[in-house]
Amino acid sequence: MSAGSRLLRSELRLVLGRRRNQVGLLALAAVPVVLAIAVKVSVSEPGPEAPDFISSITENGLFVPLAALGLELPFILPLAVGIIAGDSIAGEANIGTLRYLLTVPVARARLLAVKYAATVLFTVVAVVVVAGVGAAIGIALFGSGRLTLLSGTQIGTGPAVLRVLLAMAYVVVCLSSLAAIGLFFSTLTEQPIGAGIAVIAVNVLSLILDQLPQLDWLGPYLPNHYWASYIEIFRDPINGEPLRSGVLVALAYALVAWLAAWARFAGKDVTS
Amino acid sequence: MSDPLAVRSTGLTKRFGQQTVVAGIDLAVPTGSVYGFLGPNGSGKTTTIRMLLGLVRPSAGEHSLLGSPMPESAGAVLPRVGALVEGPAFHPYLSGRANLTRLDDADASTDRSDTRRRVDAALDRVGLLAAADKRYRAYSLGMGQRLGIAAALLAPRDLLVLDEPTNGLDPQGTREVRHLVSGLADEGRTVLVSSHLLAEVEQICTHIGVMHDGSLVAQGPVAELRAGAGQRAFVETTRPRDAAAVLRQLGARDIEISHDRVGADLGDVVRTDLAPALVRAGVPVLALGVQERSLEDLFVSLTGEGFDVSG
Ligand SMILES: Nc1ncnc2c1ncn2[C@@H]1O[C@H](COP(=O)(O)OP(=O)(O)O)[C@@H](O)[C@H]1O
Ligand SMILES: [Mg+2]
Repeated sequence: MSAGSRLLRSELRLVLGRRRNQVGLLALAAVPVVLAIAVKVSVSEPGPEAPDFISSITENGLFVPLAALGLELPFILPLAVGIIAGDSIAGEANIGTLRYLLTVPVARARLLAVKYAATVLFTVVAVVVVAGVGAAIGIALFGSGRLTLLSGTQIGTGPAVLRVLLAMAYVVVCLSSLAAIGLFFSTLTEQPIGAGIAVIAVNVLSLILDQLPQLDWLGPYLPNHYWASYIEIFRDPINGEPLRSGVLVALAYALVAWLAAWARFAGKDVTS
Repeated sequence: MSDPLAVRSTGLTKRFGQQTVVAGIDLAVPTGSVYGFLGPNGSGKTTTIRMLLGLVRPSAGEHSLLGSPMPESAGAVLPRVGALVEGPAFHPYLSGRANLTRLDDADASTDRSDTRRRVDAALDRVGLLAAADKRYRAYSLGMGQRLGIAAALLAPRDLLVLDEPTNGLDPQGTREVRHLVSGLADEGRTVLVSSHLLAEVEQICTHIGVMHDGSLVAQGPVAELRAGAGQRAFVETTRPRDAAAVLRQLGARDIEISHDRVGADLGDVVRTDLAPALVRAGVPVLALGVQERSLEDLFVSLTGEGFDVSG
């Protein structure tokens, strides 16, 4: 087994073994559970004015993971990704272990790559937890069967699950751009919480700017403008245009953030 | 292939903003030596060590470790270098064993199937095997320091760079670290050990370098430095001022008068000239003596301050 994957596994053990992060994952998992139970016990079904997918939950349990992702994507998932990404380099600098990793030696580029990979894998775990728990409780409470797309067409369970998986992958790609921004912030400071808060600030600012009609022209360039476009996967045929734009924007932000992180970290004096 | 110098630097310099913290030092640590890197707090020892290991980029100068230029050769050289820099640092919620396992996993030059054996051997060497599964946050200061040394010993090393390894240890712990360092030296490894306390490392060092305000003010084999430390004369007399004047005329330096006693560094003054000169000047001599200066005396005069005995 290559040395890179040994360090990556160590990194994942560190991230997933940490009590704080486990509690965070539990909190992420609570949303679909609360959502499904609330819909089940409410006397009247949610009306057509209810947010995306929630109105459809009673028809098919597979709408629970989609609705849960929709609820958590604007703020809760970015919060989780921001905390983990902010911790990546700054957390090691904060407790002084960075100097010992570098003298092992771990090359700085390799350390950045492993830290980023671990953050993205944590994002995958978070999305799988939200969607997995959502699907489990959704199917348990509402059953599955044929799924009615937004365009009205019905598809079978197999294709429906595939589309849910595709939506999860798209969400991971979107969040990965934020993870790269967090990696960059994490190279700037020895305060992991500070780096995490900076990520969250970028996310919130981007959300707000995206709402301002005066700044319409700016929208498509904001990091999270296309995030909600995962619903386009549930049209027949899939509306690929916004999805492609979303992936491109995510890759662009990730690339720029990565270059900035490398420029900052490559020659940085490690005095922590 | 084997360089006579395990650590070599020329003009190594570090500036932080306006402040020059390390001012062009030429380190020469012979292979196989135990090199005491001494100097008061703030004299630039840790910054120098960070530069040697590639953590901090020098403002000027060059250096090599084990004969290879740094930082270019870091990937090849650092696996053969064990380091303790400015105290231990570990993940507080991981056990001592898990912390060492993580460092071993990070080392691309080691074999994964041997991790457990290496980790336990290192823990055993510093007497931490019994506490291996305790969380690091439950470790005492001394246990933390020993875990740091264990990390430095995880793989076979040709060079150990130990920055103040006795910091925070009780006298017993200090003795153990000295014993450990001597053992490493006996195995043929080169050890660079820094300290602000001469007394803690003097007995184990073969070579010494002294830092003062960012400059390397003395360097060499201990025996040579001790011989060069010179002699100090003492005169007890009822007329100390006159005695001091005579000593000054002879060329003695660093003259001190306290009550009826005058002390002076002899430098190049010939011992046997002292008594006749005093008698000629009519100074009543109650007692006259000459002592070898200790290394401690040398350091006090080099660094302008005593080594903090209390730690
Ligand atoms: N990151 C830094 N920025 C500015 N000054 C520093 C930094 N690190 C160390 N110094 C200064 O460099 C000097 C030497 O510090 P250090 O190398 O830690 O000395 P020592 O290890 O001998 O006690 C001190 O005056 C310290 O304040
Ligand atoms: Mg120091």
